[in-house]
Amino acid sequence: MKLPYHGAIDCDLHPAVPSTKALVPYLDDFWQDHLANRHIDRFGLTLSSNAPGLPISAREDWRPAQGLPGSDFELLRKQALDGFGLRYAICNVLHGAVALFNVDMAAALCTAVNRYVAKEWLDRDPRLRGSILVPPQNVDLAVAEIERCAGDKRFVQVMFLVMGDAPLGQRRYWPIFQAAEKHGLPIGVHAGSSFRQAPTGSGWPSYHLEDYLLQAPAFEDLIVSFLTEGVFQKFPGLKLVLAESGFTFLPTLLWRNNKVWRGARTEVPWIDRPPADIIRDHVRFTLQPVDAPDGKMLNRIFEHVGSDKLVLFSTDYPHPHFEGDDALPDGLSDDMIRRILIDNPLETYPRLRDAAGAANAQMNKEAVP
Amino acid sequence: MSRYVVAKAGEVAPGTSKLVTVKGREIGIFNVQGAYYALANTCPHEGGSLCEGRITGLVQSDGPGQYKLLRKGEFLRCPFHGWEFEVATGQSYCDPTSMRIRQFNVEVAPGEDVVKGPYVAESFPVSVEEEYLVVEV
Repeated sequence: MKLPYHGAIDCDLHPAVPSTKALVPYLDDFWQDHLANRHIDRFGLTLSSNAPGLPISAREDWRPAQGLPGSDFELLRKQALDGFGLRYAICNVLHGAVALFNVDMAAALCTAVNRYVAKEWLDRDPRLRGSILVPPQNVDLAVAEIERCAGDKRFVQVMFLVMGDAPLGQRRYWPIFQAAEKHGLPIGVHAGSSFRQAPTGSGWPSYHLEDYLLQAPAFEDLIVSFLTEGVFQKFPGLKLVLAESGFTFLPTLLWRNNKVWRGARTEVPWIDRPPADIIRDHVRFTLQPVDAPDGKMLNRIFEHVGSDKLVLFSTDYPHPHFEGDDALPDGLSDDMIRRILIDNPLETYPRLRDAAGAANAQMNKEAVP
Repeated sequence: MSRYVVAKAGEVAPGTSKLVTVKGREIGIFNVQGAYYALANTCPHEGGSLCEGRITGLVQSDGPGQYKLLRKGEFLRCPFHGWEFEVATGQSYCDPTSMRIRQFNVEVAPGEDVVKGPYVAESFPVSVEEEYLVVEV
């Protein structure tokens, strides 16, 4: 169905960096020179898990006349921000910097992407918000990038791909979570892989279709990693937002986690309450794509999950998951729609909450004669 | 409800248990640091024989990577799925309000009393010189 009112918060929207050349002005002198010397400025540096030429990378009516899907600001403003009447939209830029082996180059390009997003996107529309792209290959450099960006309150989360070097909950990554928690930034994890590891536990699959479908189990791996490593005990203020993950796998995941914890918890005794409760408190999921055939089944899934706070509205623009303006699945209650569109995003992102609070205060002030 | 003599007190040493059958029902008699407890030998989860489980302590943590073993000898792990139960109460650690082992009263009685009754000794030979464990079923 269409959104019933304006003011929804889109938690997964994909502007694209049009080319590596577009990033060059945002690199320092050394990296500008170095990329030109090696002709790296002519590479796309796109991710093969988000290859722009693939049909699933963009809806046909959302594909610009030229350039990469999501690279045309005016089109995105008209189709997504105005088209869905959004209050805020979080820009998740998928970029190949996170897969480079040269960690310094990766960090320089992540910085350039974040500067580019701030200047070319966030500055152009007050509804846009950013995710901080960090180099997951090196924790110190990732923390430095968070610290560099955190002062700009328009950046509302830190961004990772779901498949990287190692399970993301491991202690080696904790300085990143510490910095994120300190600045009120959830950890956003998007579908995609740096292909450091095979996307299956038994090696490399043959087809792109497998890469695409195997994102869902990778998100389950991620949740289990955060849970068992005790990330949420160590950082009780931290939220984990899974983007483009789907969420219909949750009932069995929650149930199995509780079941196995009962007999195996002594190995990880910091999990001091049923895991499903911890997941419900800390993990959130963007709406699109919805992997349920109809509203009746979707509502049964929410009933099994036992919470109406877990799902955050997303269009996943320009990726194709629904037709026309029907960004919401059918059959949801009015209360659930309100939670998904507005309440859940505001409860998840402290910086959106602050911005919305300040905007409301300003409006009330102006209303007083 | 009747009282059954099930063992000599000295037969169940601290930190051990003894499986007895009373009226066809299997009951585990546990000695935790000199205190006796009687629990049904059936895990409330899937019916595992609790007397075959390990007697252990309670694992607690102050945070990731921090491990403490407390209250050694006061907990029992079911041999089927490893669920933990507090011997003194029969309560499960994972779901203490709704998942617990059936408990029975057990006490130590001097042989002099046991010989007099009203205890049911079944085929258990008793003598006035010893102390016995008596379970109420």
